[in-house]
Amino acid sequence: MTKDDLISRLKTIVAPYVQDEEAFKSLTEDTDFVKDLKINSANLVDIILDIEDEFDIRLENEDMEQMLDVKSAMTIVTAKLKE
Amino acid sequence: MKKRVVITGLGVVAPNGVGLSAFTKALKEGTSGITFHKALKDLNFSCQIGGVPKISEVLKAQYFTELQLRGFNSSGILYGCIAGIDAWEDAGFQTDSDSPLDYDTGLIFGTGTSGVEKFREAIYKLDDGQVRRLGSTVVLQTMASGVSAYLSGMLGIGNQVTTNSSACTTGTEALIMGFDRIQNGKSKRMLVGSCSDHGPYLWGGFDAMRVMTYKHNDSPEAGSRPMSATASGFVPGSGAGALVLESLESALERGAKIYAEVLGGEINSGGQRHGGTLTAPNAEAVQRCIKKAIDNSGIEPKEIDVINGHLTATSKDVLEIENWTKALDRKGEAFPYINSTKSLIGHCLAAAGAIECVASIIQLKSQFLAPNINCEDLHPEIINLIHAECIPTRSQEINIDIVAKASFGFGDVNACVLFKRFKA
Repeated sequence: MTKDDLISRLKTIVAPYVQDEEAFKSLTEDTDFVKDLKINSANLVDIILDIEDEFDIRLENEDMEQMLDVKSAMTIVTAKLKE
Repeated sequence: MKKRVVITGLGVVAPNGVGLSAFTKALKEGTSGITFHKALKDLNFSCQIGGVPKISEVLKAQYFTELQLRGFNSSGILYGCIAGIDAWEDAGFQTDSDSPLDYDTGLIFGTGTSGVEKFREAIYKLDDGQVRRLGSTVVLQTMASGVSAYLSGMLGIGNQVTTNSSACTTGTEALIMGFDRIQNGKSKRMLVGSCSDHGPYLWGGFDAMRVMTYKHNDSPEAGSRPMSATASGFVPGSGAGALVLESLESALERGAKIYAEVLGGEINSGGQRHGGTLTAPNAEAVQRCIKKAIDNSGIEPKEIDVINGHLTATSKDVLEIENWTKALDRKGEAFPYINSTKSLIGHCLAAAGAIECVASIIQLKSQFLAPNINCEDLHPEIINLIHAECIPTRSQEINIDIVAKASFGFGDVNACVLFKRFKA
């Protein structure tokens, strides 16, 4: 899976939770879920579950704590897929 | 000097009509909202009929965002938010997620239990060891105050925001509590109401108690028979009612439409003494509640034109009528008109009081009496107490100045409120 593929799949997952559509349009690896996309922090757990379903992986509490922006999500998902 | 309180907005989600105009039409025409539910039959319920409001996906999307609807499975909150938003907009306010915070408006929105289907979903996952996969909204959808939490955020309400719960008196109690708060100057407006989930997981306990009718599974619309000789238990319903209460000065100041004035009310409990039990009313306390409500309203019992009773279609209907005759000291032909909205919508449980308060206000404002259906065969003991003409079976246009509404609930709790036609 290329980086672009991964970003695009993550983008589809976070789309329903995004409260700032402008920031979402210009999403990059550095985009922060809460600070930039204004996602309600309570919804981060829903995003985790959606990522688990999409990639058929399991994310632990420690993974979740780190998964605050696009880049960390990509790192963690990529690592899990290699396990 | 206590403030006068008026009603400036109404919203309703009822089994026989969603929205004010559909519900008004159903009341005028005596349309039943009771239907057969296969899900109840499949689960071996004795009573397989019930009242469930019809809400399309399109309508849902007008009140909730896509995000709010993700994993959403709480019919009571759904009904409550629709009724609450409708009442708010009917009162002339905007629903806008960026609206300024309004510290002068409070919210008391009651329920019995919240999100029972969501709770069931969660329990299945949890017992399967999947607690981590419940998602973020189980708490919000299943906490009793879920409906208040959703609504206050949608509307930007900044005064007291809470949920009351007192079984089938819940909605009427919420109204009286909101009234008290405005009367005492603690808020200018209160959005009050109540809601109830639908479905087997809420209704099952009542079916087990054999208090719901099992005799009309083939004739659902004839099932809810308050005051009838052949009443054989209530028909479960669901939905929500909502009312915007406002101080008279605030309503006049902003030129709001005024439906009626809330004259006063009373809430009490029979304490499960003197014949009262967890499920049966203490008659003395019921009469006291009605009398006190009349006293608090500054009127005489003879001024009451119409009663909207609790009248569920159980053997307790006779006792309720007897309690009214004693509390008002009026019987036979001198008794006011009385109607039971439950003949049309069933017993909407925690939502009943609010939906029936809305029904009372609609009849008062539009000056008509909704028909009592399914009581052509009045209970003989009721005819011994009051004249049959006090129980209209057809829609009638009449002059109504004062309506008394009462609700009673499990736990031996009572609430009674008096509404007066508002003349500017």
